[in-house]
Amino acid sequence: MTPRTATTAPADLSAPTSPPAEPPTWTGQPVRRVEDPAILRGWGTFVGDVAARDATCLYAAFVRSPVAAGRIRSITAPPGVRLITATDLAGVRPIAPELKRPDYVRVEMPVLATDVVRFVGEPVALVLAESAALAEDALDSVAVDIEPTPAVLDAAAAVRPDSPLVHDAAFPGDPNTTVDARLTTPGFDAALQSAATVVELEVSCGRQSAMPMEARASHAAVDRGTGRVTLHTATQMPHVVRTGICDCLDLDEDLFRVVAPDVGGAFGAKMSLAREDVALVFLARRLRRNIAWIETREENFLAAWHSREQRYQLTAAFTEDGVLTALGADIVADVGAYSCYPVTFGVEPLMAFAELPGPYTIAEYSVRSRAVLSNKCPIAPYRGVSRPVQTLATERIMDVAARRLGLDPVTIRQRNLVATFPHTTPTGLVLDQASHQEALVEAARQVDLPGFRERQAAARAEGRWLGIGFSCFAERTGYGTPAFAARSMAITPGYERVNMSMDPSGGVVLRIGASPHGQGLRTSLAQLVADKLGLRPEEIRVVHGDTDATPYGWGSFGSRAMVIAGGASSRAADTLRQRLIDIAADQLECAPEDVDLREGQATVRGTGIGRPIKQLARLAHHNSHLLPAGELPSLEVSATYDPGGTFSNACHVAEVEVDELTGAVQITRFLVVEDAGLLVNPAIVDGQVHGGVVQGIANALYEELLYDDRGILVTTSLMDYLPPTLAETPDIEIIHLASVSDATLTGAKGVGEGGTIGAPAAVLNAVSDALSPLGIELTHLPATPSRVRTAIRTAQARLSSEGALR
Amino acid sequence: MKPSSFDYVRPNTLQEALELLADGTEDSKVISGGQSLVPMMNFRLARPARLVDIGRLSELEVIRTVDDRVHVGARVRHVQLQNTPLGGPLGSLLRRSAALVGHLPIRTRGTFGGSLAHSDAASEWCLLTRLLDAEITVRSIRGERVIPAAEFFVSVFTTAMEPDELLTSVALPVLPDDHRTGIAEFARRAGDFAIVAVLGDVTVSDGTVTAARIAIGGVDDKPFRSAAAEKALLGGTFGLDLLQSAAEAAADEVDPPSDAHGDAVYRRDLVRALLPRALAAGAAA
Ligand SMILES: Cc1cc2nc3c(=O)[nH]c(=O)nc-3n(C[C@H](O)[C@H](O)[C@H](O)COP(=O)(O)OP(=O)(O)OC[C@H]3O[C@@H](n4cnc5c(N)ncnc54)[C@H](O)[C@@H]3O)c2cc1C
Repeated sequence: MTPRTATTAPADLSAPTSPPAEPPTWTGQPVRRVEDPAILRGWGTFVGDVAARDATCLYAAFVRSPVAAGRIRSITAPPGVRLITATDLAGVRPIAPELKRPDYVRVEMPVLATDVVRFVGEPVALVLAESAALAEDALDSVAVDIEPTPAVLDAAAAVRPDSPLVHDAAFPGDPNTTVDARLTTPGFDAALQSAATVVELEVSCGRQSAMPMEARASHAAVDRGTGRVTLHTATQMPHVVRTGICDCLDLDEDLFRVVAPDVGGAFGAKMSLAREDVALVFLARRLRRNIAWIETREENFLAAWHSREQRYQLTAAFTEDGVLTALGADIVADVGAYSCYPVTFGVEPLMAFAELPGPYTIAEYSVRSRAVLSNKCPIAPYRGVSRPVQTLATERIMDVAARRLGLDPVTIRQRNLVATFPHTTPTGLVLDQASHQEALVEAARQVDLPGFRERQAAARAEGRWLGIGFSCFAERTGYGTPAFAARSMAITPGYERVNMSMDPSGGVVLRIGASPHGQGLRTSLAQLVADKLGLRPEEIRVVHGDTDATPYGWGSFGSRAMVIAGGASSRAADTLRQRLIDIAADQLECAPEDVDLREGQATVRGTGIGRPIKQLARLAHHNSHLLPAGELPSLEVSATYDPGGTFSNACHVAEVEVDELTGAVQITRFLVVEDAGLLVNPAIVDGQVHGGVVQGIANALYEELLYDDRGILVTTSLMDYLPPTLAETPDIEIIHLASVSDATLTGAKGVGEGGTIGAPAAVLNAVSDALSPLGIELTHLPATPSRVRTAIRTAQARLSSEGALR
Repeated sequence: MKPSSFDYVRPNTLQEALELLADGTEDSKVISGGQSLVPMMNFRLARPARLVDIGRLSELEVIRTVDDRVHVGARVRHVQLQNTPLGGPLGSLLRRSAALVGHLPIRTRGTFGGSLAHSDAASEWCLLTRLLDAEITVRSIRGERVIPAAEFFVSVFTTAMEPDELLTSVALPVLPDDHRTGIAEFARRAGDFAIVAVLGDVTVSDGTVTAARIAIGGVDDKPFRSAAAEKALLGGTFGLDLLQSAAEAAADEVDPPSDAHGDAVYRRDLVRALLPRALAAGAAA
């Protein structure tokens, strides 16, 4: 396999092209994103713009619990303040996500807290006012009296028999435990006993926020004539939002429309139903008033879903040669106070349960993976979902074992990465194809490990601490209904559907159920379809994010849109292409097999005779009596795609320098060798990798949501919660292996999450490598300067006291 | 993230501004660059009833050197100091410090006087003022007074100014060429307030330290002058060993707070790391 680097010069859509001998295909070109000109000029339409253009709308502001756990005594406001509490929402059903499996405990989330509050930031009431500022004034005047009760703040304490309960529901005998998945393969114990060495390690991750640049925002508008409500909301899944709200309000879906306009980033944090949105829609209908809610950054930190807080107790058995024969894991995910709809709080622990073995051939596996409730903000998916911590677990194990066995980090991985396909994992997942070995070998070649070791030794002699870290992973992508059904979700996502039509002027509208929010999907899909229809990408308009204008679909999450919506689009384009060819063949009096669609023409191959596609479009609409017999007067098709899923893969390498005295880590090099199949638009793929890696670096070194010992979130602004900026971001080198996949219709695999998955482990491995002379193995994300410094200080004190003893 | 409602006035002259500040309006507040005040208002940590915008008082925007004093007007922006052509150890310290204040958009609006009036214990300007024993001139309709930096900073967000007083300028000493100045700070990201910052001004004559001033931010509720470090430096042979023992002395002396960015032990470690870096050879360039 020859690695291919992405070409970087973007093709300019507006430049005229003279037809070359062999016309280029759009697929594979770094076409400039059609989304960008408007967004970059400030001409996008976000929910805030929709609200700003509505002079009549009321603004809602939510009164949020100041305590982690307690009983509401009273909520009062001075006369004149429009205060809405749970009693005003009588009849509204709670949000009650469900998994149909025996180890799931159902927990309900009321739209506004009724008697009990369960985390700081939980909405207990709302006020309505004529402007956002007046709503904040009104908020100030509300008095909330809550009697505090003991809070559950630590997952380890939460499962002890004497722990207070966040919800009464839980497994008998297992306080606060709401998911408990277990599996042990038959030969696990024997493998452990016959191991040459057993690595025991605990790894953990702090809470992280997905932190989209645009916080949540919604605008509910009511049609006074019909009572029909349109909710503009910053979401990744408009159709599912509609279903979720209709289920809470007992409403027919036809009476309610959801629109996701431009969405300013989401990363998973906008794929769970917001209780605030349910309240907004209910009140808009009840009051017959338009209502907007624009979340503040502080609220976003407090209440808009957290992620990643997990702890793994790991036991890994190795042979002398460094072959990992058995992996044991006790995994606890602190999932906060409620379950997110639709994927539930099983999302992290069950992902960890099923996918921890990752890209490695681990014969024996023993796992217990639990969701444990706490009085903290609920968790929900965030780009990478659980896998950043899973990858931290397996990759730290590899490095610790390598050090112990005297192997280098590349060799030990080579001995364990899956090399023959298909490979069935201990949990029954099938790795259908991947280039794990190739990616690792290419990464090692690029970074020249022996050369690095020389530089590292020279630097150490000068008192400088350099380190290198590898991280390999499998990223499950583009999975449809079968994969979700295996999780027994009451609401089972998976397929994507598209409608495609050609108008009389030959333009194509592609309506998709997926809901891009920054990924450039409009561009990539247009490239695919343009190639099939012989058109230019700008002639394909992709419509998304409006339940009135698009077929039912699940949205954009889980590295799936290019694969699944792309597959459906490709299918639809095949059908439309055939219809155009049939019409052309009839007109040109030739066999359909002889017709080709290229550069806006339907031509008889090898003749130069043809018809403009525009002419065929007009004919189909306006002279349909001239269509061949049996041909419908329509250029409209639909298609659905629901694949089983596949895996992308990558190897990340970080090089770092650690400042011994301050504990600061500087990333001096970051390399990604990745394989996500066909690159429909290499520039967009690079963008996905860059953004993901930066969020992974954030997870590794910077971002952490911290609660104090009373359960109060202390990181509520960007002064305390620290996303890295460009100044903290290294150059990110990318090498694409691009082995075209036959597991998907388009040959492309998902690429949305890999960056966040691989980077944290690569960085922590590099820091641990740098500090290995001190015997330091870092195991907690993020490795903040004070934590790194503490590890150095402690290790140096230990070494000097050992030295003193000798 | 919306401020509570407030009145807004923008006087044209210094006299007008002083009269407004003395007119008895409660909770009247000066706004200069707005780079600290506006965020505080948006978080509703500050709820002034009226803002007096001093943006038109161009006489406060000048830097003047008179004899051995450099007078920096209250409205001089951070970026003006970052680009100051002023020579010698003072000019270099001003440029290096200014570059560490926030990000460029903040530096083009935020002001020197605003930073001092805001009194954040980790602010580069508060530290520099304290380091150099600057004199701060404030005015009201009652008259003018000069407050030494040692008395100006009272605690976090609190100064010795009265509500009707306006900070007009700050007198910094011109530093002769036998001074070595420097700054080193540690922040999690470029542009963040420092967790710990150390500024130094030492006079070296024939290799021996004949005068020393060390100011440390992030270890107290106001800019901290380390008497222990200054004592350790004085009379010593200038070099890394001396700087390290001064750093040890300072680390022992400070009693830093603990917060999400670092506990007291870590802040002491940072003092140890940064003091030598602030004054090591090359730092004075
Ligand atoms: C993201 C960010 C990062 C920052 N990083 C740093 C940093 O690293 N280091 C640093 O030092 N600062 C930093 N700042 C703060 C910045 O330097 C401010 O500009 C400065 O603190 C205040 O100056 P200002 O002119 O903007 O004052 P304003 O915000 O207008 O006012 C601040 C306070 O001073 C009072 N005031 C202002 N001028 C006068 C006057 N002439 N007389 C009396 N009272 C007055 C106001 O009433 C108010 O109480 C940062 C700010 C931001 C937003």
